[in-house]
Amino acid sequence: MTAKRVTFKLNGVTLEAPEGQLVIEAAKAAGVEIPHYCYHPALGNPGNCRLCVVEVAGAPKPMVSCRTQVREGLEVYTDSEPARRAQASSLELHLVNHPLDCPVCDQSGECGLQDYYMKFGRYDSQVREAKEHKRKRLEIGPHVMLDQERCVLCTRCTRFTEKITKTSELGIFGRGHKEFVDLAPGQRLDNAYSGNTVDLCPVGALTDKDFRFKVRVWYLDQTPSICADCSRGCNVSLHTNTKRPWHDEGRRLARVKPRHNPEVNQWWLCDEGRYGFKKFDEDRLGRVMRLIPYRRELAWETALDELASELRRELEALGPEGLAVVASGALSNEDWAAFKAFFVDALGCKRFLFAPQPDQLGIEDDLLRRKEKVPNLEGGKALGFGSAVASLSWERLEADLEAGKIWGLYLIERDAARFWGAKASALLSKPRLVVWQGPWKGRTGELAHFRLPATAHIEEDGHFTNFEGRIQAYQKALEPLGQARPDWSIFEGLRQRLGAAQKAAR
Amino acid sequence: MKILTRHFDNPKLHELETYRALGGYQGLAKARGMAPQAVQEEVKKSNLRGLGGAGFPVGMKWSTVPPPEKAPERFVVANFDESEPGCFKDRVLGTRAPHQILEGLLIACHAVSARWGFVFIRGEYADQYDILKKAVAEAEAAGLCGDVKVRLMRGAGAYICGLDTALLETMEGKKAWPRQPPPFPTVVGLMGKPTVVNNVETLSMLPHILVNGGQWFADIGAKGDPARRIHPSGGTAVYSVSGDVERPGIYEFAMGTPLRQIIEAAGGVRGGRALKAVIPGGTSTPPLAASEIDVPMDFDSLRGVGSFLGAGGIVVLDETRDMVEVSHNIERFLAHESCGQCTPCREGSEWTTRILERVLEGGGVEPDLANLRRVGENIAGKVICALGDTVGMVVRGYMKKFPEDFAKRLPAKPAEAAR
Repeated sequence: MTAKRVTFKLNGVTLEAPEGQLVIEAAKAAGVEIPHYCYHPALGNPGNCRLCVVEVAGAPKPMVSCRTQVREGLEVYTDSEPARRAQASSLELHLVNHPLDCPVCDQSGECGLQDYYMKFGRYDSQVREAKEHKRKRLEIGPHVMLDQERCVLCTRCTRFTEKITKTSELGIFGRGHKEFVDLAPGQRLDNAYSGNTVDLCPVGALTDKDFRFKVRVWYLDQTPSICADCSRGCNVSLHTNTKRPWHDEGRRLARVKPRHNPEVNQWWLCDEGRYGFKKFDEDRLGRVMRLIPYRRELAWETALDELASELRRELEALGPEGLAVVASGALSNEDWAAFKAFFVDALGCKRFLFAPQPDQLGIEDDLLRRKEKVPNLEGGKALGFGSAVASLSWERLEADLEAGKIWGLYLIERDAARFWGAKASALLSKPRLVVWQGPWKGRTGELAHFRLPATAHIEEDGHFTNFEGRIQAYQKALEPLGQARPDWSIFEGLRQRLGAAQKAAR
Repeated sequence: MKILTRHFDNPKLHELETYRALGGYQGLAKARGMAPQAVQEEVKKSNLRGLGGAGFPVGMKWSTVPPPEKAPERFVVANFDESEPGCFKDRVLGTRAPHQILEGLLIACHAVSARWGFVFIRGEYADQYDILKKAVAEAEAAGLCGDVKVRLMRGAGAYICGLDTALLETMEGKKAWPRQPPPFPTVVGLMGKPTVVNNVETLSMLPHILVNGGQWFADIGAKGDPARRIHPSGGTAVYSVSGDVERPGIYEFAMGTPLRQIIEAAGGVRGGRALKAVIPGGTSTPPLAASEIDVPMDFDSLRGVGSFLGAGGIVVLDETRDMVEVSHNIERFLAHESCGQCTPCREGSEWTTRILERVLEGGGVEPDLANLRRVGENIAGKVICALGDTVGMVVRGYMKKFPEDFAKRLPAKPAEAAR
């Protein structure tokens, strides 16, 4: 049932909105910003910050717009003199005991107090009194730091742990101006979604332990992307640091923040997805290498020529049955299409391992996390991988290698050596040709004949299809490292070199 | 006119036997012979208003409880969390006449068809808790509670719990942060069920209204003057008179009695000194100047002189009192008791206190007065509950009526030459 639509006036403009909608939401929909801290659509409207005060015609005093509902004929002013004065005075009271330590605060540049002061405050401070001191630099969990002095006590974080994760690690203690946010006795903020409290905190009270003091936020660029750490496909924003390469220990990706998508991840992101990004700047491949029988760096064209000719030779001698291909749901839809065109349509391969075996399985919960720790199994399934084409298991592949049934092993991104452990060297020395392709070196990268650097998804444009079949685009946030190329272009380069010949031969 | 304190000279009034011998529990018997709706009508007719401070008409409050077919479970809570500085009448009522409170609670339960009656009693009132507990046991043994279960609950020492919605939160085991109506507790109250919260003095009036009729009660009180937006207030009120008077104590007078008469009943200003100010309703109500004490004591007349009847805690201040000290004392209390939920009160109460503290210590600067006034204005009307409004109101009240006390503590404006 849709709510009745009514007309109301906002700053003199007649607008339409569903009856009963909160004024703060109706204003937002109309592009009018009302300052607020405590209100959050997912966490309710306790109305404790008193910042979203507006003038309502006929009301004797300012009303909080997060608790005022739209009704026929309502007249609201967010920018009248009384409304502006009410907002500014509320902000002034928020700042009475705030330490104003912006120069050393990580929230600088994205702080609700700073932003609102410039937009709605601009008064001269009248505070002559000493500030209330509370505890600072508290490590309240593996990812989050707490500064009680900077806190405006909006209770967003406590409500998040109460309503969303249902873990209630945080609470408000004390009374009056001595009140503070803290951990409940015996607790640590170590739930799987703890990082969201940092996003929710409108000020610098909760900051990311990982991001603190690394780079100022105004040096960061933002690119819309999709989290690739499980099949949920959470919408994220990649914050990259390319303007100050000497900051943040040279890390190009400074942090990952969730992007609101009501149908996928709402406002949230799990800690695995949020803090797993360091891998994009560590242990990466940049050079095209041949390692066996002799180690040398190759140009792409040479490498593809050599690999194509070796593949052709073995295929002609031994047939496609002996070529095993290990891939995964980490491939994009574009990669999957080129993958199928090359390995299935051109070469006629039959031995594939792409299912999320234990190396790609993890914890699942009822909020966001899915047990398959790859983003795009569905993209493969749409092309038959998982239906028309079945997946091997690691055990089966291992047995086939032991039995000498496999002359060639083409591994994409999955670190078989790490999975096989001590047996890895022996197993990987069995095939005549081992190819390692992916963004990371891995252990397998040292044991392969060819080592082909691929881009990570943050370095290319593409699409993932999430577990429920939703196709989502991600954008290129960073330049590829070294000579890395998208997987699809590597498959396509090989297909062009030997696909046609192979097809003709069959 | 005495209703509640009529038999207070009887040292055994707190015992069931004595209370009954003096006519106790007849009001309950009469109420139980009537339909709940009829009890509500009788109370509406009486013009009884909430004596905890809000002055809301009791019958009207009850009538907002949804009908039993919509919400079968409902509660009545007796608010015995008397914490307002200057108020001690509930303590005396609970010590001397616990059965009067209990009878009133049971009548209220009948009037709204509730089968649970709670008494939330201030934690520090340990003696009164014991007295009331004994009274409940006596009443239960005598079969007076009927199918109503009466439970006592002790507070943990927060002033804010005297506010109905904070009281309900703490009863549920939570931090006592006031709720923001709507919905009002009579619709969504304790554990989400309709709940009537009435002050113990208010409840104590009910037996007498039932026995003597609503009209009798209304006739005793103030008639009101609709043209001046002064609504009728039925019956009497029990005042706690303290401060610079000869005979501090509790005094019961009909609604509308002039404040001067009450002060005179308490022996007037102590030591023959001149009167400077009177706090009429407990320290959270703004003060009256000596010239204003002919005001009739009822909920609406006091608004005309910029204050409130509150819970009837009259504090008399003589000519030796410094109003900066008085307002600082009160603001410090409010800052200490601010629950901390909403920002203007949490920060503003402490800021106000610190400015006053600095002024008291001789560090006042010229903009302080304007700033105190401005901060007060910025809190009042922008907060969740009445405590915050009070923070803004009190200091402005003292500044308005006793500007010379404030001016005397601040340096004169710097002369042009000195700049």
